[in-house]
Amino acid sequence: MYQYNYKDQAIVDQRVIQFRDQTTRYLNGEIPEDKYRALRLMNGVYVQTHAPLLRIAGPYGLLSSKQVRKLASIARDYDKGFCHFTTRQNIQFNWPALERVPDILEELASVQMHAIQTSGNCLRNTTSDQLAGICKDEIEDPRPYCEIIRQWTILHPEFAYLPRKFKIAVSGAKQDRAATQFHDIGLHLVKNDQGEVGFKVFVGGGLGRTPVIGQVIRPFLEKKHLLSYLEAIVRVYNLYGRRDNKYRARIKILVREAGLAEVTQKVEAEWQIIKDKLQLSATDISDMRAQFNPPAYAADAAQDTSYAEKLAGNSEFATWVKHNTAEHKVDGYIAAYISLKAPDSPPGDCSESQLDAIADLADQYSFGMVRVTHRQNLVLADIKQADLFSLWQKLSALALATPNINKATDMICCPGLDYCSLANAGSIGIAKEINAQLDSLDYLHDLGEVKINISGCMNGCAHQSVGHIGILGVDKKGVEWYQITLGGSSENDAAIGDRLGPAVSKEDIAGVIKTILETYLDLRHDEDETFLAVVRRLGVSPFKEKVYADH
Amino acid sequence: MQIIKNGEVTQDNWTFIDDDTALNADYNIISLTRWQNIDPETRKKSKHLGVRLESDVILEEVNKDFNNLDLIELYIPVFTDGRAFTHARLLRSRFDFTGDIRVSGDFMRDQVFYFSRVGVSSFALNEQDNAEEVIASLNDFSVTYQVSTA
Repeated sequence: MYQYNYKDQAIVDQRVIQFRDQTTRYLNGEIPEDKYRALRLMNGVYVQTHAPLLRIAGPYGLLSSKQVRKLASIARDYDKGFCHFTTRQNIQFNWPALERVPDILEELASVQMHAIQTSGNCLRNTTSDQLAGICKDEIEDPRPYCEIIRQWTILHPEFAYLPRKFKIAVSGAKQDRAATQFHDIGLHLVKNDQGEVGFKVFVGGGLGRTPVIGQVIRPFLEKKHLLSYLEAIVRVYNLYGRRDNKYRARIKILVREAGLAEVTQKVEAEWQIIKDKLQLSATDISDMRAQFNPPAYAADAAQDTSYAEKLAGNSEFATWVKHNTAEHKVDGYIAAYISLKAPDSPPGDCSESQLDAIADLADQYSFGMVRVTHRQNLVLADIKQADLFSLWQKLSALALATPNINKATDMICCPGLDYCSLANAGSIGIAKEINAQLDSLDYLHDLGEVKINISGCMNGCAHQSVGHIGILGVDKKGVEWYQITLGGSSENDAAIGDRLGPAVSKEDIAGVIKTILETYLDLRHDEDETFLAVVRRLGVSPFKEKVYADH
Repeated sequence: MQIIKNGEVTQDNWTFIDDDTALNADYNIISLTRWQNIDPETRKKSKHLGVRLESDVILEEVNKDFNNLDLIELYIPVFTDGRAFTHARLLRSRFDFTGDIRVSGDFMRDQVFYFSRVGVSSFALNEQDNAEEVIASLNDFSVTYQVSTA
């Protein structure tokens, strides 16, 4: 894991001093509301329904146990005892007092964390694959490049006041687990015909009100040109992105209105001028890669036989392993998901006692590291197979072992009307009702992989438009209604879901989801044909017929 | 007008002259349109000449040499409009402009560190600004990640 040097630490420390001063000036009436708003957003502070919301950066989803314990203590001391993990691998607190936010930021700085640029119209936290560095399908570990990008984005003097927010995601594996095609810039590490590794660059993807799949702006970019190419894209966006309408201001709209060809021509022209001045040296890259060297794996981990015995002897354990673990590239190791989607708790929430316990488990079993996934779960990535059974027992005792990763109850859900001042409708309550409909584990597992995403408004924080089933809360004359889409995906086969039909009422939504899932079971060829495959084969019509006949 | 330049408060004589007003001082700032159409006789009347650039200017389309100017004023219509940051940087790094780059309009103290990093060399203060505080903000950070262009 990357360790801060003197410079990194100075920047986060000085940022705390700066924001403390800004907040004091605001509270003294010395900064007008609109100007302080921009400043607080760039320090992660939103003003929400009940209290300010503080969003903390989880750089490419990687946290140390020490950092997780700090989150636990902040949850205890400044909040109501829990935090929320977001779809961009960040961490949110829902109840801090504004005047205490600078103190929270100071606490975070003491463990090499910050909330810089987690909101506002600027370069945001760079996200990545939760299985980076350990998955079998990896071309190269993306995290060193994420950290290089993190440093480039932080306090970039030219790009702090962009037309709108700007998000970058990097994937190093064949399977895209970071939704890179739905980012302003998506980067895939790829190998070219000469066997060199570089980046395939996507531009103009995004979710929100106008979901768009990113397009390839450069099929292969040498690693040394990473920053100059990013700089060229963002400079063109800063100059030519629309500033007259915030709903038309993302780079996806520039790409749509000007056309990919014109944007590409401008970016390439700009890049030709700056590329030699902004090169990453071989040492820059190798030094950063050294920060992400693999931990000291035990050479004899695969020789353990207890794991196979436990699997054969305990069906509950075997079920959890089947659904909540991922293969590891090192023999004898396994990556374990921590499900934050227990039926009775809001998706993505984690209590302070769970956080402390997770930090202890990370220290005991996984080299002191925890990862955040963009589906709002956590991962302990480096578990010895011999330890997996004890880990499972401990996670079960903490209500963190619901065997539902990538299943219908592993829903992505925004805070919705319960917390968010933008929301038109509730989302957490809907997740709870769907959970109640799917209370049989066997049934849930029979449904196989189904990704349900629920957003309480069209800003789309829960990525509903790329859910296999997307649920979007809308307000109709003060009443909450829900629009449904089917067939979205944020992975390699990126797609935006198709509308099922008219919105359904709050009373009906959980039943409708159940009907959709029942219809899938009737229509599939066999267990191997997933929900998404059936929707792709047959379209939404058979689902539509069922839903609107029944409800 | 109160100005911050080289980390100090100063007064100076630069004045923006409307397009339909004659140049009358030693230090005239004129609009881009006026500059692009200026005749040599008028040019001679102004000992020192500066040009005001609005935030929608496209630098590549300006068909005059910026280095014939002593000052370029980047006028900020609203503090959220960040195009001037790129303009300043390009004026320094691409157009090799060595004169004074001045920011005016709706900028705030909390932006001057960034402005100074991209090559802005002076700030036209607004009435409510406390000059000492603005100067302090020029040093909000002692370290930076990106290559400086200033």
